[in-house]
Amino acid sequence: MTDTVAALRGASASLGARQVLHGVDLAVARGEVVALLGANGSGKSTAVRAVVGRVRLSAGTWELFGTPGDRFRQWARIGYVPQRTTAAGGVPATVREVVAAGRLARTGLRPPRRADKAAVARAIDLVGMADRASDAVDALSGGQHQRVLIARALATEPDLLIMDEPMAGVDLAAQRVLAETVRAQVAAGVTVLLVLHELGPLAPLIDRAVLLRDGRVAHDGPPPGGLEPDHVHPHADPAAVPVKGHLDRWTS
Amino acid sequence: MDLLNYAFMQRALLAALLVGVTAPAVGTFLVQRRQAIMGDGIGHVALTGVALGFLLQVSPVWTAVAVSVAGAIGMELIRSYGKARGDIALAMLFYGGMSGGVMIIYLAPNGSNANLTTYLFGSISTVSPQDIPPMIALAAFVLLVVLGLRRHLFAVCQDEEFAHVGGLPVRALNLLLAVTAAVTVTVAMRAVGLLLVSALMVIPVAAAQQVTRGFAWTLAVAVAIGVTVALSGTVFSYYVDVPPGSSIVLASMGVFLIFAAAAGRLRAAGWHNGGVRARRPS
Repeated sequence: MTDTVAALRGASASLGARQVLHGVDLAVARGEVVALLGANGSGKSTAVRAVVGRVRLSAGTWELFGTPGDRFRQWARIGYVPQRTTAAGGVPATVREVVAAGRLARTGLRPPRRADKAAVARAIDLVGMADRASDAVDALSGGQHQRVLIARALATEPDLLIMDEPMAGVDLAAQRVLAETVRAQVAAGVTVLLVLHELGPLAPLIDRAVLLRDGRVAHDGPPPGGLEPDHVHPHADPAAVPVKGHLDRWTS
Repeated sequence: MDLLNYAFMQRALLAALLVGVTAPAVGTFLVQRRQAIMGDGIGHVALTGVALGFLLQVSPVWTAVAVSVAGAIGMELIRSYGKARGDIALAMLFYGGMSGGVMIIYLAPNGSNANLTTYLFGSISTVSPQDIPPMIALAAFVLLVVLGLRRHLFAVCQDEEFAHVGGLPVRALNLLLAVTAAVTVTVAMRAVGLLLVSALMVIPVAAAQQVTRGFAWTLAVAVAIGVTVALSGTVFSYYVDVPPGSSIVLASMGVFLIFAAAAGRLRAAGWHNGGVRARRPS
């Protein structure tokens, strides 16, 4: 039994001819909320995609729940929120249909049972989209669409939530709604690894920040601004005002 | 309805029914993945298979299945490896299939211009009694796949990246969809013809989504439209001697225009997101 739920060790990877990761070490412990930060092109998205096996490593290893990535099969334990796909499908799909796709990791080939449908409904409810469950996803705003993708990740009832830029293109009010959803998951004991461009309303939740620069880890420790007196802990009053992230100052 | 007294017409209508169900069902997934053109490519490649049947003097249905399945797998592999020149590779496959088919059919002992036309645009009088059992078997395979695995295929076509991380066998599902599309083309070639089969995979779906907002409903409405236009087009071709492919496809274009106009009216009246209430795909 290990307490590391996701890890890259000495991970190098290339996209096409360009080497994007240069020996990255990244470990996420059970119950932690880790933010992966960095400028555009720093390799943060590639790193998180390597964690879920979507980028093949040219050197180094990756592990999920203590199992070497290539042998890992318990995908239902991972809730994955990829970068919001710009192209929605060519056919309309409802919020419920999209979220139900997240449950397939649990159901496999068997038909969904009542418990599965309940889990899908619960996930939609968790992101506050219950009244839109039968609406087409392409009729939603950016923030609502992002909530649907998070609900899809939650439909599997994951132990580890991995999110790639969940706040990209989402207005501040919607970011607060998303932050509240993540906060509830953290309070329930879910481990979170997320790629962020700036900390924003999620700042009070972050236990540790890993800063990538040119495919290397430049900093691994407390988040920027994390030591400020108004830092709000995940388990603190949810109504507390979150601090603004000072990433720009920190990274430059 | 005196046309039902003719055995050839009964077979033609049965063939049309099978096509009307299977083509839009597979097409919904292809359109979702923005691969509407894939049916066209398979149709071109299948012509070589038909021609091989003539050359080898065996049933063209089975040679068409073999060649179009091979072609569809090739297309899927080109797509999934995302080669920079993938579009050129696909185009070459289409041209090769079409020209190879035409050449072989003219070299075959009983191949002729007339034979070629019936496969390219469909024919109501050439669905033979021997054609029916394989067509039913192939259509059953298609329906088993697209209905039995609709949630999984939906997930893969909607977001491949997410499907991978959900542990779905993405490569296998993609290949299965490609094979299913190829089989559908061979089911459809008698009724609508290889050059027009893709239209019946795409137009009913395009028409359906004018009035739907969910995937399951789009699939259901597309199949309903497919059956309607396939049967009515076939009947039209009985009375007016034109290839059924042309009347079926023009009928589906008509349905599309009606649905698009109706959806426009409804939106103008402030009725958002289309009409049919969407449901989960179960």
